[in-house]
Amino acid sequence: MSLTRSAARPTAGSAARRSHSGLLQAWLPKLVLAPSAAISLFFVYGFMLWTFILSLTNSRMLPSYEFVGFAQYARLMANDRWWVASTNLVVFGGLFVAICLALGLVLAILLDQRIRQEGALRTIYLYPMALSFIVTGVVWKWLLNPGLGIQAMVRSWGFENFRFDWLVDPDMAVYTLVIAAVWQASGFVMALFLAGLRGIDDSILKAAQLDGASLPRIYWRVVIPCLRPVVFSAVMILSHIAIKSFDLVVALTGGGPGYASDLPATFMYAHAFTRAQIGLGSASAMLMLGGVLAILIPYLYSELRSRRHG
Amino acid sequence: MTLLENPLRKTALALATAAAASMTFSVQAAEVEVLHWWTSGGEARAANVLKELMEAEGYGWEDFAVAGGGGETAMTVLKSRAMSGNPPSAAQIKGPEIQEWGELGLLGELDEVAGAEGWDELLPPTVADVMRHNGSYVAVPVNVHRVNWLWANPQVLEAAGVEMPTTLDELFAAGEAIREAGFIPLAHGGQAWQDATVFESVLLASGGTEFYQQAMVELDPEALGSERMIEALETFKRLRELMDADMSGRDWNIATSMVIEGSAGMQLMGDWAKGEFTAAGLTAGEEYLCAAAPGTQDAFTFNIDSLAMFRVEGEEREAQQALARLVLEPTFQEAFNLAKGSIPARPDLDMNGFDACAQQSMDDFQRTAEEGGLVPSMAHGMAVRADVQGAIFDVVTNYFNSRDMAAEEAARRMVNAAQAAL
Amino acid sequence: MDNVIRRRTLGARLGRATLYAVLLLAALFYLLPLAVMLVTSVKPLAEITPGTLLSLPREPTLVPWAKAWGEACTGMRCEGIGVYFFNSIAIVVPAVLISTAIGALNGYALTKWRFKGSELLFALMLFGCFIPFQVVLLPMAQTLGWLGLSSSRAGLILVHVIFGIAFTTLFFRNFYVAVPTELVSAAKLDGAGFFRIFWRILLPVSAPIIVVSVIWQFTQIWNDFLFGVAFSAHNTQPVTVALNNLVNTSTGAREYNVDMAAAMIAALPTLIVYVLAGKYFVRGLTAGSVKG
Repeated sequence: MSLTRSAARPTAGSAARRSHSGLLQAWLPKLVLAPSAAISLFFVYGFMLWTFILSLTNSRMLPSYEFVGFAQYARLMANDRWWVASTNLVVFGGLFVAICLALGLVLAILLDQRIRQEGALRTIYLYPMALSFIVTGVVWKWLLNPGLGIQAMVRSWGFENFRFDWLVDPDMAVYTLVIAAVWQASGFVMALFLAGLRGIDDSILKAAQLDGASLPRIYWRVVIPCLRPVVFSAVMILSHIAIKSFDLVVALTGGGPGYASDLPATFMYAHAFTRAQIGLGSASAMLMLGGVLAILIPYLYSELRSRRHG
Repeated sequence: MTLLENPLRKTALALATAAAASMTFSVQAAEVEVLHWWTSGGEARAANVLKELMEAEGYGWEDFAVAGGGGETAMTVLKSRAMSGNPPSAAQIKGPEIQEWGELGLLGELDEVAGAEGWDELLPPTVADVMRHNGSYVAVPVNVHRVNWLWANPQVLEAAGVEMPTTLDELFAAGEAIREAGFIPLAHGGQAWQDATVFESVLLASGGTEFYQQAMVELDPEALGSERMIEALETFKRLRELMDADMSGRDWNIATSMVIEGSAGMQLMGDWAKGEFTAAGLTAGEEYLCAAAPGTQDAFTFNIDSLAMFRVEGEEREAQQALARLVLEPTFQEAFNLAKGSIPARPDLDMNGFDACAQQSMDDFQRTAEEGGLVPSMAHGMAVRADVQGAIFDVVTNYFNSRDMAAEEAARRMVNAAQAAL
Repeated sequence: MDNVIRRRTLGARLGRATLYAVLLLAALFYLLPLAVMLVTSVKPLAEITPGTLLSLPREPTLVPWAKAWGEACTGMRCEGIGVYFFNSIAIVVPAVLISTAIGALNGYALTKWRFKGSELLFALMLFGCFIPFQVVLLPMAQTLGWLGLSSSRAGLILVHVIFGIAFTTLFFRNFYVAVPTELVSAAKLDGAGFFRIFWRILLPVSAPIIVVSVIWQFTQIWNDFLFGVAFSAHNTQPVTVALNNLVNTSTGAREYNVDMAAAMIAALPTLIVYVLAGKYFVRGLTAGSVKG
C-alpha cells in the first residue's frame, strides 16, 4: 500500500517533457474515465435526483409532476408496514452480517489448517454465491415448510415432537430469511478471510510461536487483528447485500405471514409497481438510499484517508 | 360454424374500412403483441384458440407471457414498456386499472368494432361499464369469474357426516365435524390476496351486499369502522381455527389439491379453482362439490379478466381491432372459459357444454344482476384502485396473522387505509 | 501458517477429527439445497412426496431434464428453457466483456494516472454499486425508450454494463493500487503512451483480477431477474425469466421434478464457473481486491 504514495511522481515527471503528444497523453486518462463518469452522473445521480423529485409528487401508476411537498414522507412515517419493514431490516441485516462474519472467519481458520481436499470444501462453501434465489427459492421454501421439509423429514425419522416452523410463525419468519441469506453469502466471506489469512506474513506467526503463545491466543491477538481490512470489506459487501435483499424475500416468504417478514426493498417494489403509488415508493427508496449513504460515507472516508496516509 | 362466418365478416370489415392497402398488409401478417399471464396449461391452451383465430385471418400473434404473483410481474413489465414508449398491442388489465391507464391517455378506442359487433347489446351493462373509458370501449372482456365459491370434497363431507354448509354457522359446525373426523376443515394459503378473498366472502355473508357495497366499493368510513365490520372481522378470524398451521405462503392451487386429495374438506376460492379439479379428472357435482360461499347465495362477487388495447397505429392497429373482435367470438369464449372455470362474458351463449358449477354461475350472474346482488370483488382489484386495495390487504392480512390485534383496531386501520390512499 | 499444527499427540489427533467433523458438517449445510434439487430433478413425479426430500430416487430418470430443456410449456410456447438459455448467453457474454474492459481501463487510469479529483471521482462512481435496482427501473425504461433500445438485447446489455462498471472499476482499481508504480514511471520516462503501458505492463499481470471481475459479473448478470424481466421482449427474455415463468405456472399436478431440472439448468453455467474457476477466484481476491 505504501507504493501508492509514489503515484503522484510520474505525472510531474511527464509534465516536464510535455510535447504535443504529451498533451494528449495527459488528457487520455481523463478521456478514458469520462464515459464512465458521465454514465455514473446520469444513470446513478440523475436517476436518484429523478426519484427524489418523484417522491415529492403524488405520482400513482406512472410518474406525474404534481408536487405535494413532503406529504409522501409523512404518509410513509405513518405506515405501519414501513416500520415493520425497517425494523426487519435492522434485525435481518444485523444478524446476517454478524453470523456471516463469524461463520466465515471460523470456516476460514479451520480450512487454513492444511486440510485434505481443501479445494473441494472451499468450492462447496462458495458455490451458493453462484446461485440466485430465483433458482433456489423453490427448494428453500420446501426445506423450511414444516409440512414438507426439514420438520417433516426429522419427524419421519421418529422424532415426533421436532419443531421447525419458523416460516409460518409471524415472529420468527424473518429469521428464516437470515438462514437462507447466510447460506448464500457466508462462503464468500470465508473466501475473503481465507485470502486474507494466506496474505499474512509467516514470520509474524513464527515469532509469536517462539514466544510460546498458544494457538488460540495467536489467532486472537495476532492473526485476527491483521484481518481488519478484510472485515471492513466484508461488512461493506454484506450490508449492501442486506439492503438490496429482494429475491430472497419474494422467493421464501413473500413477505408473510401477513407482512411480518417484509423488507424495505420489497416494500418499495410493492408500492411503486404493484400498488400504483410511485410517489410513496420513491419516498421509501430515498430513505433506503439514505441508509446506504450512512454506511458508505464512513467507508469512503476511511478508504480515502488510508490512501492518503498509507 | 364460426369458421365459416369469419372470412365473410372479415371481408366486410376490410371493405368497410376501405383500405385496399391493408389487404396487402394482412397478407404479410400484421402482428399483435399480447402481454398476459395465462400461463397455466389449461389457460394457455385456451389462449391458443385466440391465436389460431387470429392466424386464420392472416394476423400474427406474438405471445408475451409473464408468470407470477397474480400478474404482479407482468404489471411491472407493462409499466416499463409504457415508460419506454413501446407498449404491447394488448395487455391483460382489469377493473379500475383500465381507467387509470385510460387517464394516462395510453389506451386506444375500440368504438368501431364495438359498434359493428353491437357490444352494447351483447355485453351485460355491469361488464360493459368496466370496459369503457370516457364512454369509449378501450378493453374487451374475456370472462367473468365468480369469487364467492365454496369447494368441497364429498367423501370428506360424508366421512364427517355433514352437508354442504349454506350459512356461516353451518360452516363452523361442519368444520368442527370435519376436524373430528381427522381432516383439515378448510384448505387455505396464507398469502395476502387469499386472505382478502376469504375476508370479502365473510363480509358479504355477515354484512349483506348493501353493506359490502358501502364498505368495499364506496369506502364509506362509517361502514368501515362500524360494528358490522368488527363483527365480520371477528368471524373472519375465527375461520383461522378451521385452517391448518402450515398455510403461510402456500399457493392457492396447492390448497385446492389438498381438497382434491382428500386431506382437506373445503376451500373458499374463486372459480379458477375448478381448473384444478378438472385437470385432476374430477366431475363437478359428483366428485367435487361447488356452492356459493356460505351465506352469500344471493350475491355474486365478480372478477372480470379483460384485454386492454394500447394506442397503436397502422397495421398493428388493424390487427388489434381484429383481436378485440375475436375475443368475443363464441369459439374463443367457450374454449377459454371451459378451461378457466369462469363463464363467458356474453350471456347469449349456449351453456350446455359447461359443467353444473358454471351453469349455476351463469344463472346466479343473471339473477343477481337483476336483483342487485352483483358486486365487484375487492380482493381481485375490481372494486377499488390498486393503492386502496393494497392498503386494505395490509390490514386484512396483518390482522388475520397477528396473535393479538383486536378487531376494533383492525377496523380503525381499515378506515385509515381507505382515507390515506385517497 | 504451516507450522501451527504439527505435533501429533492423541489430543491433537482428536482435535483433528473434530476439525474435519465440523468442516464436513458445514459442507452438508451448504450442500443440502443443491442435493435436494438434484435428487428431485431425477425422480419420477410419483416419488415426490412430503418428508422424503432427500431420499434417493428408486427409478432415476432424465426425462424431467429433457422436458425442462426442450418441451416444458410457459404460456403458449412449449419449447422449454433451452431457447432462453441461449438468450442469456447472448446477453451475458458481451456485457461481461465490455464491463470488464471498461473497469480495467478505469482502474488503470485511476491508479497510475492520478489527477486532481481522481479519488473523488472513484468515490462517486463507487456509489453505483449500492443503488437498489428497483429504483432505476422506471427511469431506465424511459431512457432506453429515448435511445430506441427498449425491449432489445442491446438495451439489456447496456443496462448491465452501466450498473456493472462500478464493481469492475472497484476490483481493478484495488488491484492496480498494489502493482509497483516504478515500472509505470520508468515506461513513462521512456516515452511509452497510456495504452502502451496498459498493454505491456498492467495487462500481463492482470490475470487474477480479470478472473475475479469476470466471475463476479458473469454471476451477477446471469442471475439477474429484475432487469431481464423489465427490459426484455418476448423473444429476448433471459433464462431466469423463463425459469420464473415455468415455476410459477400453476395448474394441476405441479411437475416439481421438471421445475427442479429447469432450476438446475439455469444454475449450471454459474455453478460450472465457480467449480472450475473458484480456485482462481479466491487467488484473485488474495492478490488484491480484499486488501482495499
